[in-house]
Amino acid sequence: MRKKSKIQWYFLIIVLIIYLALLLINFSAFLTSIMFFIDILKKIIPSFLLVFLLLFIIDYFIDPLSVTRHFKEKSIRKWIYALISGTIASGPPYLWYPLLQDLNKKGVSYGIIACFLYCRSIKLPYLPLLIFYFGFKYTVILSVIMIIASVIQGIIIDKIIKQEEI
Amino acid sequence: MPTFKQSFKKSLKDIYSFIPLLIGTMLLISLISLIPKSFYSYIFTGSFLDVLTGSVFGSILAGNPMTSYVLGGELFKQGISLIAVTAFLVSWVTVGVIQFPVESVTLGKKFALTRNILSFIFSILVAIITVTLYNLL
Repeated sequence: MRKKSKIQWYFLIIVLIIYLALLLINFSAFLTSIMFFIDILKKIIPSFLLVFLLLFIIDYFIDPLSVTRHFKEKSIRKWIYALISGTIASGPPYLWYPLLQDLNKKGVSYGIIACFLYCRSIKLPYLPLLIFYFGFKYTVILSVIMIIASVIQGIIIDKIIKQEEI
Repeated sequence: MPTFKQSFKKSLKDIYSFIPLLIGTMLLISLISLIPKSFYSYIFTGSFLDVLTGSVFGSILAGNPMTSYVLGGELFKQGISLIAVTAFLVSWVTVGVIQFPVESVTLGKKFALTRNILSFIFSILVAIITVTLYNLL
Protein backbone atom coordinates (compact mmCIF):
# COMPACT_ATOMS: atom_id res chain seq x y z
CA MET A 1 0.00 0.00 0.00
CA ARG A 2 2.85 2.33 0.91
CA LYS A 3 4.56 1.39 -2.38
CA LYS A 4 1.38 2.23 -4.26
CA SER A 5 1.03 5.62 -2.58
CA LYS A 6 4.67 6.35 -3.48
CA ILE A 7 3.95 5.50 -7.11
CA GLN A 8 1.10 8.04 -7.04
CA TRP A 9 3.49 10.74 -5.84
CA TYR A 10 6.06 9.77 -8.51
CA PHE A 11 3.30 10.10 -11.07
CA LEU A 12 2.47 13.61 -9.85
CA ILE A 13 6.17 14.58 -9.86
CA ILE A 14 6.54 13.39 -13.49
CA VAL A 15 3.52 15.43 -14.51
CA LEU A 16 4.91 18.48 -12.69
CA ILE A 17 8.22 18.02 -14.54
CA ILE A 18 6.27 17.99 -17.84
CA TYR A 19 4.67 21.27 -16.77
CA LEU A 20 8.03 22.74 -15.83
CA ALA A 21 9.34 21.83 -19.28
CA LEU A 22 6.24 23.39 -20.83
CA LEU A 23 6.80 26.56 -18.80
CA LEU A 24 10.33 26.85 -20.16
CA ILE A 25 9.47 25.96 -23.76
CA ASN A 26 6.09 27.59 -24.29
CA PHE A 27 4.75 29.93 -21.62
CA SER A 28 1.49 30.58 -23.43
CA ALA A 29 0.71 26.84 -23.67
CA PHE A 30 1.62 26.48 -19.99
CA LEU A 31 -0.78 29.23 -19.04
CA THR A 32 -3.60 27.75 -21.15
CA SER A 33 -3.17 24.36 -19.45
CA ILE A 34 -3.00 25.84 -15.96
CA MET A 35 -6.17 27.86 -16.56
CA PHE A 36 -7.86 24.71 -17.83
CA PHE A 37 -6.69 22.85 -14.70
CA ILE A 38 -7.98 25.57 -12.35
CA ASP A 39 -11.30 25.50 -14.18
CA ILE A 40 -11.66 21.71 -13.71
CA LEU A 41 -10.56 21.98 -10.07
CA LYS A 42 -13.12 24.69 -9.25
CA LYS A 43 -15.92 22.67 -10.79
CA ILE A 44 -14.89 19.40 -9.20
CA ILE A 45 -14.47 20.48 -5.55
CA PRO A 46 -18.18 20.27 -4.53
CA SER A 47 -18.47 16.77 -6.03
CA PHE A 48 -15.25 15.77 -4.30
CA LEU A 49 -16.64 16.86 -0.90
CA LEU A 50 -19.74 14.81 -1.56
CA VAL A 51 -17.55 11.81 -2.44
CA PHE A 52 -15.83 12.16 0.94
CA LEU A 53 -19.17 12.34 2.74
CA LEU A 54 -20.48 9.22 1.00
CA LEU A 55 -17.22 7.33 1.66
CA PHE A 56 -17.64 8.16 5.32
CA ILE A 57 -21.33 7.21 5.51
CA ILE A 58 -20.77 3.86 3.79
CA ASP A 59 -17.75 3.01 5.92
CA TYR A 60 -19.56 3.96 9.12
CA PHE A 61 -22.85 2.19 8.50
CA ILE A 62 -22.09 -0.76 6.22
CA ASP A 63 -19.51 -3.53 6.47
CA PRO A 64 -18.98 -5.21 3.06
CA LEU A 65 -17.20 -8.14 4.72
CA SER A 66 -20.30 -9.04 6.68
CA VAL A 67 -22.35 -8.95 3.48
CA THR A 68 -20.00 -11.37 1.69
CA ARG A 69 -20.88 -13.99 4.31
CA HIS A 70 -24.25 -14.31 2.58
CA PHE A 71 -22.73 -15.33 -0.76
CA LYS A 72 -23.66 -18.95 -0.06
CA GLU A 73 -27.35 -18.26 0.39
CA LYS A 74 -29.79 -19.92 -1.97
CA SER A 75 -31.32 -18.67 -5.23
CA ILE A 76 -31.71 -14.99 -5.93
CA ARG A 77 -30.58 -13.76 -2.50
CA LYS A 78 -26.90 -14.60 -3.08
CA TRP A 79 -26.97 -12.47 -6.25
CA ILE A 80 -28.52 -9.58 -4.33
CA TYR A 81 -25.81 -9.85 -1.65
CA ALA A 82 -23.10 -9.99 -4.35
CA LEU A 83 -24.54 -6.85 -5.92
CA ILE A 84 -24.78 -4.98 -2.62
CA SER A 85 -21.32 -5.90 -1.38
CA GLY A 86 -19.76 -5.22 -4.79
CA THR A 87 -21.27 -1.77 -4.90
CA ILE A 88 -20.16 -0.78 -1.41
CA ALA A 89 -16.74 -2.50 -1.44
CA SER A 90 -13.91 0.00 -1.41
CA GLY A 91 -10.24 -0.23 -2.38
CA PRO A 92 -8.60 -1.74 -5.46
CA PRO A 93 -9.91 -5.14 -6.66
CA TYR A 94 -6.66 -7.01 -5.93
CA LEU A 95 -7.22 -6.37 -2.22
CA TRP A 96 -10.35 -8.49 -2.49
CA TYR A 97 -8.82 -11.40 -4.43
CA PRO A 98 -7.54 -13.32 -1.36
CA LEU A 99 -10.95 -13.09 0.36
CA LEU A 100 -12.73 -14.15 -2.84
CA GLN A 101 -10.31 -17.05 -3.25
CA ASP A 102 -11.13 -18.13 0.28
CA LEU A 103 -14.88 -17.83 -0.34
CA ASN A 104 -14.49 -19.86 -3.54
CA LYS A 105 -12.74 -22.63 -1.62
CA LYS A 106 -15.70 -22.60 0.78
CA GLY A 107 -18.13 -23.18 -2.08
CA VAL A 108 -19.03 -19.74 -3.43
CA SER A 109 -19.42 -20.05 -7.21
CA TYR A 110 -17.23 -18.28 -9.76
CA GLY A 111 -20.35 -16.59 -11.09
CA ILE A 112 -21.03 -14.86 -7.77
CA ILE A 113 -17.38 -13.76 -7.58
CA ALA A 114 -17.56 -12.39 -11.14
CA CYS A 115 -20.80 -10.60 -10.28
CA PHE A 116 -19.16 -9.06 -7.19
CA LEU A 117 -16.10 -7.93 -9.19
CA TYR A 118 -18.20 -6.46 -12.01
CA CYS A 119 -20.45 -4.66 -9.55
CA ARG A 120 -17.41 -3.10 -7.90
CA SER A 121 -17.29 -0.84 -10.94
CA ILE A 122 -20.42 0.95 -9.70
CA LYS A 123 -19.00 3.09 -6.95
CA LEU A 124 -21.77 4.72 -4.95
CA PRO A 125 -19.51 7.37 -3.35
CA TYR A 126 -18.13 8.41 -6.76
CA LEU A 127 -21.50 8.77 -8.46
CA PRO A 128 -21.71 12.55 -7.78
CA LEU A 129 -18.71 12.98 -10.05
CA LEU A 130 -20.31 10.87 -12.79
CA ILE A 131 -23.50 12.95 -12.42
CA PHE A 132 -21.43 16.14 -12.61
CA TYR A 133 -19.95 15.16 -15.98
CA PHE A 134 -22.75 13.17 -17.61
CA GLY A 135 -25.96 14.08 -15.80
CA PHE A 136 -28.38 12.24 -13.53
CA LYS A 137 -30.29 10.42 -16.29
CA TYR A 138 -27.13 8.98 -17.83
CA THR A 139 -25.77 7.90 -14.42
CA VAL A 140 -29.00 6.08 -13.49
CA ILE A 141 -29.25 4.29 -16.87
CA LEU A 142 -25.56 3.27 -16.84
CA SER A 143 -25.75 2.02 -13.23
CA VAL A 144 -28.90 -0.04 -13.87
CA ILE A 145 -27.45 -1.55 -17.07
CA MET A 146 -24.23 -2.41 -15.25
CA ILE A 147 -26.11 -4.09 -12.40
CA ILE A 148 -28.00 -6.23 -14.93
CA ALA A 149 -24.75 -6.90 -16.85
CA SER A 150 -22.99 -8.05 -13.66
CA VAL A 151 -25.65 -10.70 -13.00
CA ILE A 152 -25.68 -11.84 -16.65
CA GLN A 153 -21.90 -12.10 -16.60
CA GLY A 154 -22.06 -14.11 -13.38
CA ILE A 155 -24.61 -16.52 -14.88
CA ILE A 156 -22.48 -16.96 -18.04
CA ILE A 157 -19.36 -17.63 -15.97
CA ASP A 158 -21.24 -20.19 -13.88
CA LYS A 159 -22.20 -21.97 -17.13
CA ILE A 160 -18.63 -21.87 -18.49
CA ILE A 161 -16.66 -22.66 -15.34
CA LYS A 162 -17.81 -25.30 -12.93
CA GLN A 163 -16.70 -25.16 -9.30
CA GLU A 164 -14.38 -28.18 -9.44
CA GLU A 165 -12.71 -27.25 -12.74
CA ILE A 166 -9.99 -24.91 -11.44
CA MET B 1 -18.67 -1.65 13.50
CA PRO B 2 -16.12 1.17 13.20
CA THR B 3 -16.40 4.23 15.41
CA PHE B 4 -17.27 7.67 14.03
CA LYS B 5 -13.64 8.76 14.40
CA GLN B 6 -12.30 5.60 12.73
CA SER B 7 -14.63 6.00 9.75
CA PHE B 8 -13.80 9.68 9.43
CA LYS B 9 -10.07 8.96 9.53
CA LYS B 10 -10.38 6.10 7.01
CA SER B 11 -12.39 8.23 4.58
CA LEU B 12 -9.92 11.06 4.95
CA LYS B 13 -7.05 8.64 4.33
CA ASP B 14 -8.80 7.22 1.24
CA ILE B 15 -9.26 10.69 -0.18
CA TYR B 16 -5.74 11.80 0.76
CA SER B 17 -4.12 8.76 -0.87
CA PHE B 18 -5.98 9.53 -4.05
CA ILE B 19 -5.13 13.25 -4.24
CA PRO B 20 -1.71 13.00 -6.00
CA LEU B 21 -3.21 10.72 -8.65
CA LEU B 22 -6.24 12.96 -9.11
CA ILE B 23 -4.20 16.18 -9.32
CA GLY B 24 -1.71 14.50 -11.68
CA THR B 25 -4.50 13.22 -13.90
CA MET B 26 -6.25 16.59 -13.94
CA LEU B 27 -3.00 18.28 -14.91
CA LEU B 28 -2.48 15.73 -17.68
CA ILE B 29 -6.05 16.23 -18.83
CA SER B 30 -5.43 19.96 -18.90
CA LEU B 31 -2.78 19.34 -21.54
CA ILE B 32 -5.68 18.09 -23.67
CA SER B 33 -6.63 21.74 -24.14
CA LEU B 34 -3.46 22.11 -26.21
CA ILE B 35 -4.32 19.22 -28.53
CA PRO B 36 -6.18 20.29 -31.66
CA LYS B 37 -9.60 18.71 -32.11
CA SER B 38 -8.43 17.27 -35.43
CA PHE B 39 -6.29 14.83 -33.42
CA TYR B 40 -9.38 13.29 -31.81
CA SER B 41 -11.10 13.01 -35.14
CA TYR B 42 -8.04 11.04 -36.26
CA ILE B 43 -8.43 8.46 -33.43
CA PHE B 44 -12.21 8.66 -33.00
CA THR B 45 -13.49 8.76 -36.55
CA GLY B 46 -17.16 9.06 -35.65
CA SER B 47 -17.82 5.58 -36.99
CA PHE B 48 -19.09 2.50 -35.17
CA LEU B 49 -15.45 1.54 -34.52
CA ASP B 50 -15.22 4.34 -31.92
CA VAL B 51 -16.89 2.14 -29.34
CA LEU B 52 -14.18 -0.49 -29.90
CA THR B 53 -11.44 2.14 -29.64
CA GLY B 54 -12.97 3.38 -26.36
CA SER B 55 -13.05 -0.15 -24.96
CA VAL B 56 -9.45 -0.87 -25.95
CA PHE B 57 -8.19 2.35 -24.35
CA GLY B 58 -10.20 1.74 -21.18
CA SER B 59 -8.91 -1.82 -20.91
CA ILE B 60 -5.27 -0.80 -21.17
CA LEU B 61 -5.54 2.09 -18.75
CA ALA B 62 -6.33 1.39 -15.11
CA GLY B 63 -6.90 3.15 -11.84
CA ASN B 64 -9.56 4.62 -9.64
CA PRO B 65 -12.98 5.04 -11.32
CA MET B 66 -12.90 8.72 -10.33
CA THR B 67 -9.96 9.24 -12.70
CA SER B 68 -11.88 7.64 -15.55
CA TYR B 69 -14.92 9.86 -14.86
CA VAL B 70 -12.79 13.01 -15.04
CA LEU B 71 -10.89 11.80 -18.11
CA GLY B 72 -14.04 10.52 -19.84
CA GLY B 73 -15.94 13.69 -18.98
CA GLU B 74 -13.28 15.94 -20.43
CA LEU B 75 -12.95 13.78 -23.58
CA PHE B 76 -16.72 14.01 -23.99
CA LYS B 77 -16.49 17.81 -23.74
CA GLN B 78 -13.88 17.70 -26.50
CA GLY B 79 -16.49 16.18 -28.78
CA ILE B 80 -15.86 12.44 -28.54
CA SER B 81 -19.08 10.46 -28.90
CA LEU B 82 -20.93 9.40 -25.74
CA ILE B 83 -20.91 5.78 -26.87
CA ALA B 84 -17.09 5.72 -27.15
CA VAL B 85 -16.69 7.49 -23.80
CA THR B 86 -19.13 5.04 -22.14
CA ALA B 87 -17.21 2.05 -23.52
CA PHE B 88 -14.04 3.68 -22.20
CA LEU B 89 -15.54 4.23 -18.71
CA VAL B 90 -16.97 0.71 -18.45
CA SER B 91 -13.87 -1.13 -19.67
CA TRP B 92 -11.65 1.02 -17.42
CA VAL B 93 -13.39 -0.33 -14.32
CA THR B 94 -14.31 -3.85 -15.42
CA VAL B 95 -11.37 -5.07 -17.52
CA GLY B 96 -8.18 -5.53 -15.53
CA VAL B 97 -5.24 -6.05 -17.88
CA ILE B 98 -2.78 -4.81 -15.25
CA GLN B 99 -4.37 -6.86 -12.46
CA PHE B 100 -4.62 -9.95 -14.65
CA PRO B 101 -1.52 -11.73 -13.19
CA VAL B 102 -2.77 -11.34 -9.59
CA GLU B 103 -6.30 -12.35 -10.55
CA SER B 104 -5.13 -15.47 -12.39
CA VAL B 105 -2.88 -16.54 -9.52
CA THR B 106 -5.56 -16.14 -6.86
CA LEU B 107 -8.74 -17.07 -8.72
CA GLY B 108 -7.38 -19.22 -11.55
CA LYS B 109 -6.23 -18.47 -15.09
CA LYS B 110 -9.40 -19.75 -16.72
CA PHE B 111 -11.58 -17.57 -14.49
CA ALA B 112 -9.43 -14.46 -15.00
CA LEU B 113 -9.28 -14.94 -18.76
CA THR B 114 -13.01 -15.67 -19.14
CA ARG B 115 -14.00 -12.77 -16.89
CA ASN B 116 -11.78 -10.24 -18.65
CA ILE B 117 -12.81 -11.31 -22.16
CA LEU B 118 -16.48 -11.19 -21.15
CA SER B 119 -15.98 -7.79 -19.48
CA PHE B 120 -14.43 -6.44 -22.67
CA ILE B 121 -17.36 -7.66 -24.79
CA PHE B 122 -19.80 -6.38 -22.14
CA SER B 123 -18.20 -2.92 -22.16
CA ILE B 124 -19.20 -2.56 -25.82
CA LEU B 125 -22.70 -3.95 -25.25
CA VAL B 126 -23.27 -1.84 -22.12
CA ALA B 127 -22.15 1.29 -23.99
CA ILE B 128 -24.50 0.61 -26.91
CA ILE B 129 -27.50 -0.17 -24.67
CA THR B 130 -26.85 2.75 -22.29
CA VAL B 131 -26.53 5.36 -25.01
CA THR B 132 -29.50 3.94 -26.98
CA LEU B 133 -31.70 4.11 -23.86
CA TYR B 134 -30.33 7.55 -22.99
CA ASN B 135 -31.35 8.85 -26.39
CA LEU B 136 -34.74 7.14 -26.28
CA LEU B 137 -35.82 8.14 -22.76
